[in-house]
Formats: sequence, structure tokens, C-alpha cells
Amino acid sequence: MKVLKITKEDLAKGLDTLNKSFRLIGPVKDKDEEFHNFEELGQGELPDFNFRNTRLSPKSIVYPQSEKMFEYTLDSNDPEHDILIEVKKEPSPQVVVGIRPCDAKAFSLVKLNFDTPEYKDPYWLRRFEATTLLGLACHNPCSSCFCASAGSGPFNTESLDMLLVEEQGGYLAQVLTKKGEELAHTAGWTDEAGSDAQKQIDTMKEAAEKRIKSQISTDNLKNKLDMEIYEEPYWEDVSFSCINCGTCTYLCPTCWCFDVQDETCGNCGIRMRNWDSCMYPLFSLHGSGHNPRGEKLHRVRQRFMHKLKYYVDKYDSGIQCVGCGRCVNHCPVNIDIRRVCELMNRSEVCPVTTE
Amino acid sequence: MHNPYLPYPVRISDIITETEDRNLKTFEYVFINPEDEEKFDYQPGQFAELSIAGKGEIPIGIASSPVEKGFLKFTVNKVGLVSTHLHNMKVGDVMGVRGPLGNWYPWDKMEGKNVVIIGGGFAFTTLRSSIVYMLANREKFKEIHVIYGARTPGMLLYVDELKEWEKRDDIHMHITVDATDDPDWKYNTGFVPTITDQKAPPATTDTYAIVCGPPIMIKFTQPVLDKLKYKHDHIIMSLENRMKCGIGICGHCNIGRHLVCKDGPVFTLDQLNKMPKEY
Repeated sequence: MKVLKITKEDLAKGLDTLNKSFRLIGPVKDKDEEFHNFEELGQGELPDFNFRNTRLSPKSIVYPQSEKMFEYTLDSNDPEHDILIEVKKEPSPQVVVGIRPCDAKAFSLVKLNFDTPEYKDPYWLRRFEATTLLGLACHNPCSSCFCASAGSGPFNTESLDMLLVEEQGGYLAQVLTKKGEELAHTAGWTDEAGSDAQKQIDTMKEAAEKRIKSQISTDNLKNKLDMEIYEEPYWEDVSFSCINCGTCTYLCPTCWCFDVQDETCGNCGIRMRNWDSCMYPLFSLHGSGHNPRGEKLHRVRQRFMHKLKYYVDKYDSGIQCVGCGRCVNHCPVNIDIRRVCELMNRSEVCPVTTE
Repeated sequence: MHNPYLPYPVRISDIITETEDRNLKTFEYVFINPEDEEKFDYQPGQFAELSIAGKGEIPIGIASSPVEKGFLKFTVNKVGLVSTHLHNMKVGDVMGVRGPLGNWYPWDKMEGKNVVIIGGGFAFTTLRSSIVYMLANREKFKEIHVIYGARTPGMLLYVDELKEWEKRDDIHMHITVDATDDPDWKYNTGFVPTITDQKAPPATTDTYAIVCGPPIMIKFTQPVLDKLKYKHDHIIMSLENRMKCGIGICGHCNIGRHLVCKDGPVFTLDQLNKMPKEY
């Protein structure tokens, strides 16, 4: 693996070059200057790296909140009336600069859902293929970050094409994939770092991981029967304060559920898909009025069971969570996935306590 | 890249009102592009998404049988936005069908075995597909029993076919209604669990029961099958849940780690016993 040395000036110059041939997306400060989010960068505009993580996850860059799937016309004079037509629009090549390793790793977890042996989701896959991820390692994690124990980490390289590691005066850049190589070439980043660069990165990585104080244990999740966890009495307490607002699913980089809706205006219309949330009663409501997850306890349990148990069993992998901490920070009633994970993972049954 | 969300365009070739309350209609479709019919290669027990531009899609069991060529059939209950609109459509109208989707009844396992079909109400659609399939491949199965009930004679689906099957001696038909004052009714009267108790053959390792019906029927039929000593891996059921994509991606229809649309809709009772009751 190649490690490059990029000065701050060269980074700016390179990004400017990239902006000419790619859609360049990076963290920028919100206009109220309270938080950062990923936005498309205009010509000459640079990303603002003075952030810990963005308020919203960057999942919408590959998987928009609302997306057109098909078009149709209801005009009976048109020979193709009432037939759905695929929108033939290739996604334009894009570069996400400054994505955090946890958020990049989330793409690899979500990919298992959209890219299956039987069915390929063309919308997600095409956009993912057209995307190059230029990550930014975390030196100063938030107090709610638990990435290191969630299968990710502040220097994790999964899904990334390049990883920038800030050091005095500039960056060390790990070139991780062919896409990353091409990106560095296009941007004109060619200075190879010294032979001890990788060692330097490893030292910084270790230091960053030590700074993450918050952790979860997931070692018992796989061994337990799903019905054993499902029937635990603590779900009553866990879900008690939930208001089913859906903020957790909206912010989560690994929540992927969607709804499909048709929208007609006059004789023309589109079939589109929109993010959906298992926190809403409508998500599982039958036409008959019966609802298999009619109570909020069912829905809260569903979300945690999906992330921490069903996913683990289905893909024989780690949890469907990268430890970004967004749901912990923004839950209006302070439901904390770390605490729920602890309950689900504990090996012996003890009296229910939620403090 | 193939787009699994794109329906095949079809034209409605026939519409039959099945029941006296007019809430159940059977729609027959022909493919607008003949080559699509070959791609739509299905097994009894599978379902498809019926797609109406401007309204949306609904997952419906396939009522026609793969041994019937040239058309597809679906029997649809009028319930929501899409099904209500569909009930107002006419022969010749264009819409879409996406599928076939999901798994199917375990035909490879049931070959050479006895099959008992237990159905109630409008859940008889994929069971019709199965019966037509078994009768066309009669030598592949041993005894075939069908217990099928509805509230009244006028609520039974596929009445003409039921009568034809009654006349055959290679299939044991036990048609029943909950109650009727029709003097011409010459079949059984009583709820499906009661008739199952009276007519279903005793369990053997060579006998499979396929049970499909409203929750209340399933709830009271299971103890009867237990009494008859049917093993839970020999009781086969078909589930429904709210769905969108039908291909295991959108996340709506999960029961635990399983998705009804892709890992189902067909499960054995043995499998369901180990799953949350989220259906």
C-alpha cells in the first residue's frame, strides 16, 4: 500500500482539480454555524475539516432520501400508457472527501442488503460504484463514539479508497484501492511519504483508539437464541420512553428500509422510493387493519433486534452498527444503543434494572 | 444491470366476480411482450406484485397454475388503494406484474407423498394453483385431500372447479360452509377445524398438510392437526405481511431474521415455532 504526503496547499489544489471532473461532496458548516453536514462543493469551495462528525450521516450520497425509480404516463393516446419506464440516467462520478471511517464502513454493511446473489439493487449499486470515498481519520472522537468496539474504528479503512491522516502541516494519505490511485493521480498528489510513514500512522491510530472511552460488548450475541433475547422482560423498560419519532433511523448510517410510492401530476407521474422507518406503525400495518408490530415495544425491539441480532445471524457477521453515536446523541428521550446492547449481550439473567 | 423493480407490462384479459359480496374478483392477465411469459417461470405457492401506475403495487398469491399456459390469474380482495382501483378496472386495461416472487410449497419433498390441503376463505388462491398442478401431475402424488371452507356457499372461490373436482375419484374433496339455509347445499356444514377433525387422514411420515386461511381458522386447526399427530415439519403454511419490494431489500416484511417475501411466504410450522409471532 502506498502512502503519500500531501500538504494543505496541495490538498486544496488537488480538490480544486477534482471538482472539475467530479461532483465533489464534503463537510461544510451549516448556515447557522451549529453543525456540519455533507454538501456538494461549488467551484473553488473547500471542505471544512474542523468537525468531529456531521449531524446527518452521509448515506444519502449513495442512497438518497427520495429517489425516482420509474416514469409513466396515463395518457391513453400514448402507446406506452400505464407502463412503467426505467429512468435511464447514469449517476455522475462523485468524490466524498472527509468522510469518517465509521460512516464509510457503514456502506459495506449496507451493501450486503442491496447486493445479494439473487437480486441486485441497481440504484444503490450504480451510485456506489460511481462514488470514490476519500476518508479522514479521527484524532478526536466524540464522547459518544464507540466505533472501536463496534467493528469499526477511528482509522478503519473498509469501503474507503483513500484515507487522509492529518499531521503537522498536512496529511499522510493511504492509497487503498485502484479508485484511490486514480483519484490521487487526477488530483496530482504524487509525493510519496518516507518509509516510516506507515509506522507513524499506526502510532497515531493506536493513540486515537485509546481516546475512545465508550465501548460495547457483542461477544455473546451470536450464541444466544433470538427468541431468548426477544422474550426478555427488559424491552418494556427500554421502550417505555420511546416516542417513535424515527430520529434514530433517519440519522443512522446503516438503516436502509424504504417505502415505494407513486406520485402523479396530471397525466404523468413517477414511482419513487423514500426512506422508511420501522419506528412507525404504518411500516408493518396490514390492509386488514391487523398490525404485527402494533405496539411501540414491538417496534423498538425490532430496531435493536435487527441491528444487534438478526443481522449478526443472517450474515454471520458483526453487528449492523458502526458506533457513530448519532442515535445516542440525538434521541430526544435518551435511549442509548450501548445500554441496550449491554442488556442483550449479558450472559446471565439478572433482575431488570434500567437505573 | 437487470432492474428487479420493473414490472412486466400485462393486459387484463378477463375479470370474474367470485363471491356474492362482490369483494373478490379474479383477474386474468396476458403478457404484452410474449417473451416475458417465458421469464415468468413460477411454482405453485409463489406470489407476484400487481402494479398499477399511479397507485402502487400489491403482493398477491398466484392463483393460476404453471401447467396452465398463456395467462396468469390472481384473485384479489378489495381492501386498500390499489385493490380498490383494480376492482374498478376493465378487460383490456394495461398494468404490470412483477415476479414470480418468494418460495413455494415443497413440491420436491411432497413427491410420492399424501397431500392434505386445508384452506379457508379467500386464502384458497395458491391452493387452487397447487390442486391444478397436482391433478396435472397426478402420478407424482399419493392420496390428495382438500378441505376448503367459506362462510356461505356464495363466498366460495372457483365454485365451478370445486364441483368438477368433487366428481373426480382421484381427489377427496371436503367442501364446507360455516352455515347455510340453502336447501340445495349438498356438501358439508361446519367450520374448517371441525371438518378437518372428521375428514383429514391420520398423520403418517408420508403425509403433508398445507394450511392456508384466516388467523382464526389457523388458530383452531392447529390443535386438530396436533390431535391427529401431524408433525410440525409436515405442516406447511403460507404467510402474509406488509411488503414493498418483494425481493428482500426494503425491510418491511421481516419476521425475525427471515423476510416473508424472499425466505417465505411458505414456512413449516416447525420453522414458525422458532420465530417471533410478527405476522
